[in-house]
Amino acid sequence: MLLAIEQILNGLQLGITLFLMSAGLTLVFGIMQVINLAHGSFYMIGAFVGATVTARSGSFLLGVLAALVAAAGTGMIVEVIVLRRLYRREHLDQVLATFGLILFFNELTRIIWGRQPLMMDVPAWLGGSIELLPGLPYPVYRLAVIVVGIAVALGLWLLFARTRLGMQIRAGASNREMTAALGVNIRLIYTLVFGLGTLLAGLAGVMAGPILAVESGMGESILILTFVVIVIGGIGSVRGAVVGALLVGMVDTLGRAFLPILFRLFFSSASADSIAASVASMAIYILMAAILVWRPRGLFPAHSS
Amino acid sequence: MKNFLMALVPAGLLVASLAVAAEPVKIGMVTTLSTKAGYLGEEIRDGFKLAIDQEKGTLGGIPVELIVEDDEAKPEKGKQLADRLVKKDGVKIMTGIVFSNVAMAVVPKVVREDVIFLSANAAPSQLAGKGCNPNYFSVSYQNDNPDEVVGQYVTEASHKNVYLLAPNYPAGKDHLAGFKRYYKGEIAAEVYTKLDQSDYAAEIAAIRAAKPEAVFFFLPGGMGINFLKQYAQAGLIGSIPLYGPAFSFDERILKAVGPAALGVKNGSHWAHDLDNPANRQFVEAYRKAYGRTPTLYASQGYDTARLLGSALKAVNGDLGKLDELKAALKKADFESTRGSFAFGRNQHPIHDMYIREVIKTPAGEYTNKTIKKVFSNHVDAFAGECAM
Repeated sequence: MLLAIEQILNGLQLGITLFLMSAGLTLVFGIMQVINLAHGSFYMIGAFVGATVTARSGSFLLGVLAALVAAAGTGMIVEVIVLRRLYRREHLDQVLATFGLILFFNELTRIIWGRQPLMMDVPAWLGGSIELLPGLPYPVYRLAVIVVGIAVALGLWLLFARTRLGMQIRAGASNREMTAALGVNIRLIYTLVFGLGTLLAGLAGVMAGPILAVESGMGESILILTFVVIVIGGIGSVRGAVVGALLVGMVDTLGRAFLPILFRLFFSSASADSIAASVASMAIYILMAAILVWRPRGLFPAHSS
Repeated sequence: MKNFLMALVPAGLLVASLAVAAEPVKIGMVTTLSTKAGYLGEEIRDGFKLAIDQEKGTLGGIPVELIVEDDEAKPEKGKQLADRLVKKDGVKIMTGIVFSNVAMAVVPKVVREDVIFLSANAAPSQLAGKGCNPNYFSVSYQNDNPDEVVGQYVTEASHKNVYLLAPNYPAGKDHLAGFKRYYKGEIAAEVYTKLDQSDYAAEIAAIRAAKPEAVFFFLPGGMGINFLKQYAQAGLIGSIPLYGPAFSFDERILKAVGPAALGVKNGSHWAHDLDNPANRQFVEAYRKAYGRTPTLYASQGYDTARLLGSALKAVNGDLGKLDELKAALKKADFESTRGSFAFGRNQHPIHDMYIREVIKTPAGEYTNKTIKKVFSNHVDAFAGECAM
């Protein structure tokens, strides 16, 4: 029973990391109609800058701050230099250009930081575990990730539903020309939205730093899961990203945790382990296929027209 | 047209004279320099180059030319590069491949064309057993060696049940098989994870619940870093001891993992603190040349170059004498950084195997310390299947 609770927490934590990544990606697609494959690169930039500044200054919070500034800053520069040329082009052109950005950023991190993965540790004040229930210790850092993720989800909701900027962004998403005609600086809004998306990716990156290897190319492994999340949630919908991320996190973690136990009821233990490993790694894709059969545009399609 | 021909004549003469003046022996190195695993190839190359630089551009007194190519860890790319090196550059000696799947795409083909392949890392069981070949030498190890030594050590440490973890691909299963060959106790569970998985929370929770006496894992590269960090954060590092082959504990990975790997014991055929003259000299020269402590990959690159030097010297650089060259290689008449080194009948090393422990130096760096020699003159498990 305690194991089940722990695994659910693990699933929640993975889901929330995925949410931070997919919220940015889905925002950019929903509002700007741009497929940005380089989203994982901003995650990587967040992790590298965060790790470097934390190591130099000794302060984790300073590292997080620097990572956010670096990811958002690079994002806005990329939007102005590269993406503005792509809005009117086909999706294939956008995919090619942003794929080029992945190669560019991976090589750039190798040139700046070298091939060796960087060291980034959990700060002392978030280290160790606390006993949630008797016999259920859980790492404090992972709990902190869950809290930050929930706060970001609430913040995004407030931004879109309750502020003037959020209203302008939503207006820009549904009709770019009309919004511009009403005197809203839509180009600036696009730059800000893209910066917000990359800021969230940078946040996900710097928070993953103490848990994962900070190395060149780290963005690609999470990028695939992120795309699964936004396809499930409905491309362009932040609410869909929340639900999709939690679903993927849960299914992936619980599949890995409990499928071997389930299969051991039916098969000998050696073959059960290998069947379970294969099925667990397919689980989220099976989930995606099933949801797409049921709802071809995802759970919460952004543009119902 | 006439001018053009006039210009060609001296150029042709120049080329001809170069050919007479002792053409250097070409060595084709196909290795992995890009992608996340790029540092592995970098280490092999730097170790190899150190041996050439120490002899001022020669190996065994024979001038050599090292051609380095990046296979991007892709079998098809490795195959293309090997083709080009053999056909266009006329390379007769090859080395360098990091990954077993790349080796399987390249080695069987080039050895059929009478190219000598000296492996500086990858050594899959297929090439050690039935697929052994007189033109193929593994200078590094046989892939299972570093697991076998841990299996033996864990048995001697009388851990009664062990939890096994590896990625779900052929090499993952091979490495666990290597461990099980010498481990005599019970197996708590054998878990295969997704290749390139980054989050191990579910597996770690399952380990905590299963309460094994020890955990053995093979997770190369970034996967190992992720697992180690998360295992330490879950507070298990002190309570359930971790074991693994050397791959997750080289000096460059330890820099990224730091305290999370402290105290972990791992199996290897080499360590930078092995006390023999060749090794002391190598480690010092490598640190001086590149400003970092060599990893096992660098030692393998260096050993490969030194072995080749001994054989080139024996045939005086004449690659026409292929059989003499192979006979000289097989003698392994060089001072290995591992101390004792000989080739078995499948031309894989017979060497000592050690257990190392990750420690923190007084200067605050994390590194390996050799704690025990477990096997002396260890022969790999596939030598018997080789018909040579």
